[in-house]
Amino acid sequence: MLPARYVVTGRTAETADSATLRLAPVDRPIPRFQPGQFTMLYARGVGEIAVSISGDPSVVDTSLTQTIRAVGAVSRALHAAQPGTVVGVRGPYGVGWQPSLAWERDALIVAGGVGLAPLRPVVLAVLAQRWRYRRAILVAGARTPREFLYSDELKWWSSREDMAVELTVDHAADDWTGQVGFVTQPLSRLPLDPAATTAFICGPEPMMRYSAETLLRRGVHADRIRISLERNMQCGIGQCGHCQLGPLLVCRDGPVVDYAVAADLLSVREL
Amino acid sequence: MLSGLSPTHIAVLSGAAKEVTFAAGERLFHEGAPARGCWLVQRGCVAVDAAIPGRGPVVVQTVGPGEVVGWSWLITPAKWHFGAISVTPTVAVELDTDQLRAFAEHDPSFGYPIAVAMLTMVLDRLQTTRARLLDLYRNPADVPTSPL
Repeated sequence: MLPARYVVTGRTAETADSATLRLAPVDRPIPRFQPGQFTMLYARGVGEIAVSISGDPSVVDTSLTQTIRAVGAVSRALHAAQPGTVVGVRGPYGVGWQPSLAWERDALIVAGGVGLAPLRPVVLAVLAQRWRYRRAILVAGARTPREFLYSDELKWWSSREDMAVELTVDHAADDWTGQVGFVTQPLSRLPLDPAATTAFICGPEPMMRYSAETLLRRGVHADRIRISLERNMQCGIGQCGHCQLGPLLVCRDGPVVDYAVAADLLSVREL
Repeated sequence: MLSGLSPTHIAVLSGAAKEVTFAAGERLFHEGAPARGCWLVQRGCVAVDAAIPGRGPVVVQTVGPGEVVGWSWLITPAKWHFGAISVTPTVAVELDTDQLRAFAEHDPSFGYPIAVAMLTMVLDRLQTTRARLLDLYRNPADVPTSPL
């Protein structure tokens, strides 16, 4: 439960309110992470929050990459951390995306807003072992074109022939020539092989529900749709109960679960 | 759109349909003009826009393959509520909506599935628009709390 000390070695401003931190261990590193897992990040003197890991799972070193949106006191402090700042890290925790579930199938990755951060390791895992998957499809939505995370990588991924990328925004800027609309639009019309599709969805909860329901209507089975739940995670190890969602402790049994498990739980108000 | 139609009705619909192409930047219709025609996009992308004084044409939505542009001919007064412009070279099936309406009024067994198909697509468009109105990707810190 004791946090390991990590030092910020790099900071990239992604959008007006989000930044990616690269962290290196000061002494002992935490174990290697799986895509979809999270850490408990501690800003000294402010507090601790759960943050998904957004780094490349194929990189074999002890560094960590985490993307933080400034929302509350702790995330604002972490977002503002500059190189040289020391933070505390516990983890990695939770059940991840398990990209191997899409081996020999179509991997459909659906991100809304900062939901792209926990899915970045999935994209990188798929691209690192591209031969294991049939089609690779990324559908990402943002409020405006300027609010996409990882804009340089999105350009690179879009240019690849072995990956289909559909970007859509809620509000277009004057220079935006891409799609304008909600992520369910491309999901409704993408050529899909429902029986051979595994979907990974992350974003605000209603966006995940609408996206999952769109895919269900298209014939994708609920246990082939993976979503990442967000609840008030405090201990990270299934002891405190703050992140309970019905029978699940999200920090221990999630954050990634099948929609077959989550659908009924998400339909209960304030659960 | 065609799933509820019999082969006979599909043949009737085909008689009112033709393939058309639009170059990038070519306008399908202008806001406020009489509404005639309906386009099933096959390839490319069409932007639905509105002219805003001081801002020019603002894109409110884009429509891609498998989606339909042009509802306003259905309901009187048949005027386009928004404009539409081809963003990329676009191939579409254009329906002669005068013929379509005449067929539907003459034969309700043709008109009903057409109306249901149109309503299904309008409902889908309404739901995605409502989802965008929720502004889900906004930073929670920027959302004003309810006074209640």
